[in-house]
Amino acid sequence: MSDHELRVSKIRDGTVIDHVPGGQALNVLVILDIDGTGGEQVSIGMNVPSDRLGRKDIVKVEGRELSQDEVDVLSLIAPDATINIVRDYEVIDKHRLERPDHVRGVLSCPNRNCITTDEEPVDSKFEVLPDGVRCEYCETIIREKIPDHIGSA
Amino acid sequence: MRHDHLITARQLSRADIETVLDRAAEFDADPAAYGDRHPGALLGLLFFEPSTRTKMSFETAMKRLGGDVVDMGSVESSSVKKGESLADTVRVIEGYADALVLRHPRQGAAKLTGEYVDVPLLNAGDGAGHHPTQTLLDLYTIRENAGLDDLTIGIMGDLKYGRTVHSLAHALTNFDAHQHFISPESLQIPRSVRYDLHESGAMVREHTDLTDILPELDVLYVTRIQRERFPDENEYHAVAGEYQIDAETLEAASDDLTVMHPLPRVDEIAADVDDTDHAKYFEQAHNGVPVRMALLDLLLGDSE
Ligand SMILES: [Zn+2]
Repeated sequence: MSDHELRVSKIRDGTVIDHVPGGQALNVLVILDIDGTGGEQVSIGMNVPSDRLGRKDIVKVEGRELSQDEVDVLSLIAPDATINIVRDYEVIDKHRLERPDHVRGVLSCPNRNCITTDEEPVDSKFEVLPDGVRCEYCETIIREKIPDHIGSA
Repeated sequence: MRHDHLITARQLSRADIETVLDRAAEFDADPAAYGDRHPGALLGLLFFEPSTRTKMSFETAMKRLGGDVVDMGSVESSSVKKGESLADTVRVIEGYADALVLRHPRQGAAKLTGEYVDVPLLNAGDGAGHHPTQTLLDLYTIRENAGLDDLTIGIMGDLKYGRTVHSLAHALTNFDAHQHFISPESLQIPRSVRYDLHESGAMVREHTDLTDILPELDVLYVTRIQRERFPDENEYHAVAGEYQIDAETLEAASDDLTVMHPLPRVDEIAADVDDTDHAKYFEQAHNGVPVRMALLDLLLGDSE
């Protein structure tokens, strides 16, 4: 659809994350660790009409491609999202997210007694369950509000 | 056993468990006869939390096999106090020993350590997490007294925080065991444990009262309900009192009932139970040595 292509094409080099569930765009920024202080050019569309989702959010980040860890965690809050890699105004790659078996880093364990929240040189690791994630160290399960657990403890 | 580390009871198959228990039975028959088994082998003891008995039990087991121990000592006197990470501490100490035993107050500490060390590691308890060597000695005791299949077991007390309970419940899913959890509502088994038990198709029921289920049990495994789990003293006494047993309580039980407890106990099993044929908790504690001998023997054997 031309309207969609237009939106996607607006950045020169970077990543467009499309088909994010309405209202989750700010959580996408949290996952990407973007708070404005890093100087990235970011534009956000919120509650844009969508055939597939009814209302969707779109996040466009100039000059940035996503790491696999970021993509993995993104899939937990935006399972239907598409990732568009843009170079010189062209979408050169477009793919759907896949739900991973594990996510590394990005999420932090809510269990205050978990070894990963101590001063140890390890990334958090979570096993992805059908309805949540489980810390691979202390086995605590998170089912609700996964974005609340993004970032360091 | 095809493992380098023993981190959680969840990693153990039925065949693994039987291998350990069979070996333990050999050692148990004559513990003093195996002094030439691992001469000169050194076991590193890393106890970040005090536990005299578990430590002594490992020390005895290693010495019975002809080896010796090197002990990190108490946390207060070590570099850990100065803020060294666990990952660093264990990488230094693994250079001193052929195998390591770790007890740590934080959950997941053994898994983390296992990622950093190459020598075999035995988890001797990580916070409210796992305590698999306790589980194996529990299983050994159950097998000796009641058998592990066609078993009906009641597990009573603090099921929320009790790590011995979580490990035991996981391990029993390998056998034809009906598990009954008896606890106050506030101390029921945690969600993650319930999830695993459900996933493995375990036969589990939860109760708040022992009375109805007691006559059906082959084994009653009692754990301590700790004062600090309750906001006030009165509530603690009211609740804890309902999960204490004495000789009179056990009159309703089968004659063959085996009563177990990971020890130390406070008042959850009255002293008059000690004189009954039901009491197996001291035997259970003694089983720690042959079971840990078996584990060390298997892990050291594999690493050579
Ligand atoms: Zn954790």
